[in-house]
Amino acid sequence: MLDFAGKRWWYLSVSFAIFVVAAISLAIFQLRPGIEFTSGSTFTIEFTEREVSQGEVRDAMHDLGHEEARVQGAGSNKYLIRTEELQNAPALDSSEGPELPGEINEIEAGLRQRFGALTRSNFSTVSETVSTEIARNATFAVVAASFAILIYIWIAFRAVPRPFRYGAAAVIAVLHDAFIVLGLFALLGEFRGTEVDLAFITAILTVIGFSVHDTIVVFDRIRETIHNDPYIPFEEAVNASMTETLARSINTSLTVVLTVVAMMLIGGETIRNFLLVLLVGIVAGTYSSICVASQLLVAWENGDFGRFFRRLRGKSENLAVEPA
Amino acid sequence: MRSTSTVFVFLFVVALTAFSVIVVWPSSPYRYLPGDFWPHGRGIKLGDWERETMRLGLDLQGGAYLILQADPPADYQGDLGTALDSAKNVVERRVNEFGVSEAEINKTSGNRISVQVPGLSLQEAQDLIGKTAALKFMVYDDNQQLVEASGVIDGQTIAMTGADIKNNTYAQNIGTTFAVVFETTSRGSKLMDQITRRALSYPSSDPRNYLIVMLDDVVLSQASVSGIISDSGQITGQASFSEANNLSKQLNAGALPVPLKIIQAEEVSATLGEDSVLDSVRAGQVGLLAVMLFMILYYRLPGVLASAALLVYTAITLMVFKLVPITLTLSGIAAFVLSIGIAVDANILIFERMKEELRRGRTLNAAIDIGFRRAWSSIRDSNVSTLITCTILYYFGANFGAAVVQGFALTLAIGVLISMFSAITVTRTFLRMVLGTPLAKNHFLFNADEVKKTAPSARRAGMTSEEQGNA
Repeated sequence: MLDFAGKRWWYLSVSFAIFVVAAISLAIFQLRPGIEFTSGSTFTIEFTEREVSQGEVRDAMHDLGHEEARVQGAGSNKYLIRTEELQNAPALDSSEGPELPGEINEIEAGLRQRFGALTRSNFSTVSETVSTEIARNATFAVVAASFAILIYIWIAFRAVPRPFRYGAAAVIAVLHDAFIVLGLFALLGEFRGTEVDLAFITAILTVIGFSVHDTIVVFDRIRETIHNDPYIPFEEAVNASMTETLARSINTSLTVVLTVVAMMLIGGETIRNFLLVLLVGIVAGTYSSICVASQLLVAWENGDFGRFFRRLRGKSENLAVEPA
Repeated sequence: MRSTSTVFVFLFVVALTAFSVIVVWPSSPYRYLPGDFWPHGRGIKLGDWERETMRLGLDLQGGAYLILQADPPADYQGDLGTALDSAKNVVERRVNEFGVSEAEINKTSGNRISVQVPGLSLQEAQDLIGKTAALKFMVYDDNQQLVEASGVIDGQTIAMTGADIKNNTYAQNIGTTFAVVFETTSRGSKLMDQITRRALSYPSSDPRNYLIVMLDDVVLSQASVSGIISDSGQITGQASFSEANNLSKQLNAGALPVPLKIIQAEEVSATLGEDSVLDSVRAGQVGLLAVMLFMILYYRLPGVLASAALLVYTAITLMVFKLVPITLTLSGIAAFVLSIGIAVDANILIFERMKEELRRGRTLNAAIDIGFRRAWSSIRDSNVSTLITCTILYYFGANFGAAVVQGFALTLAIGVLISMFSAITVTRTFLRMVLGTPLAKNHFLFNADEVKKTAPSARRAGMTSEEQGNA
């Protein structure tokens, strides 16, 4: 039997440290909203000299410093391009008017240099596709869902003593996973310019779903172990359950990770960030069911937290006393 | 134990899978499969009910791209900017109400609105967005000719249009009949008051008593006026609730604050890029094969059966997506990948339990039953919690205009429900079908060989299970 519970302070401190780092990066850097959340510019380019593929246009826009550009085919050899708002683009509320020279000319020149003659049309500014309120509403939804999960686990685990703790531990593990992914993307946004889009929100929701799922399966085993042997010490019950479910936990994540990694390696580059969220989140979700949710339970059952805070308080009182 | 009911369920699963594969087989298989000898899928079509192609979102397949230009009358006095904002909302609702989800609608400089609608041909998109532009109220004049219903405000004759009705009409049961309840705007209430007063001066048998709602020269409703209407009223006499509901939608959609004309219409390709989407489909196939290979290597015979169950699961899920229909987007695929994980997880849970039971020396038959029974509580609780999450996300998505969240929740919920069916019914049936065959006597195939170390008599017990099973 592997001794997970004995090393719980290691797991919990490391997880807490990662969580704090993630939460701080999220607070400081924040997420960089993608073009779906901000107003932007669109224009149509028709190449008249040679056939240009969608991938080539995307690469060219990338090289011109518009990594965020969205390129869609719109007829033969004609592309509809959406970028962040370019300098000197017409104002959103303006009527049609004369066009000012600006960044659009640089892009046009860059594309012409690479692909030869082209014509550009319909340069305009567009409002955001979805308002950033969606992100806020999704957060509300997640908070509401967390409460519902807490209550459900509370009821589903009513056969064990203190079932509320199971629900709370599962929700804390979920928050841990969500924050790791959010923190990672805040860092990537700051240092690599990675933007988050609408699909990012659903990827986070996927991670949350997976994390709860995984945690409940592990908890279910603890429930069964306790049911079969009500006098088993709690630490031992958790260790036995972890050992028994370890193969299953790893195999399940492995199957999802296999799919995601395959898609990351040979799939299209436009969905890589999306897959990165899934990959990191699923690994974090598996880790957190074993090392966060279950260890929190053990620590809680053993009254570790009370002892920890008492000791902290005791130390600070001693410190206060010493100089006197 | 291969009982009659097992065989029956097995045949049902086979038939369901065959049906699903026929339904979801792509119309252009060469896009997704290597080689060009594949037959073309046709989907299914029963009269008007047509599901010939999978609905894919803008990100995966593209759609129709329209630019609408505000076309205010020469004497237009309102604020065009605000009018466009509400016109955008109207277009949005119009698109959503007709069952096309996750369209992209932007306000664009030059008093325009640009719209991208997934999965529609240009013509369909133009019909949907462009055609319903003018909702009019008509009456018969003294010469039995249809003319616009109008009233006089401040000495000016003004025709009543869809713009004079608020966008909050709804259908309602009234006794045995159905009605659409509407409210008028402040200008609309003055006009409606005059129009209904005039209509009431004629007996109900006289055509001049009628008020007619017309949408692009098509009569939507013709009702006799039975009372003076100003702030709010009802259009009664709809034959069914769905008819009333349709009328209500059209009234809502017709209430455009400023006329729009389509100045550009083009078909556009996937926002993620056609190349990228196809690469990802291929990668997804490789991923699925890798999962199956892993399951087979690790779990052997049950792994083979679980892989078969996974194929069944994929076919049924895609079939449901196509028939509902659900617009599949990248978010939907995230949900799908997660639900595949959940489906596989259920199998893994069951097999791990089965292996434990085999190692404890149980017979195969008993191990299957106990494996399923023991794994059930964790499958139930984890899936119920996922379904609760889906319900809340769906509710929030619907109420706060986050269509993407709503779509995700629906896709995931369908995936989870089918995954439970797949893991419990399909895999168990497959396992039971194998039970009577010589394959079941080979413990190597169940990767439960360690059984010798822990329980020496287990192998013999495994074999007697067959005797029991066949008895």
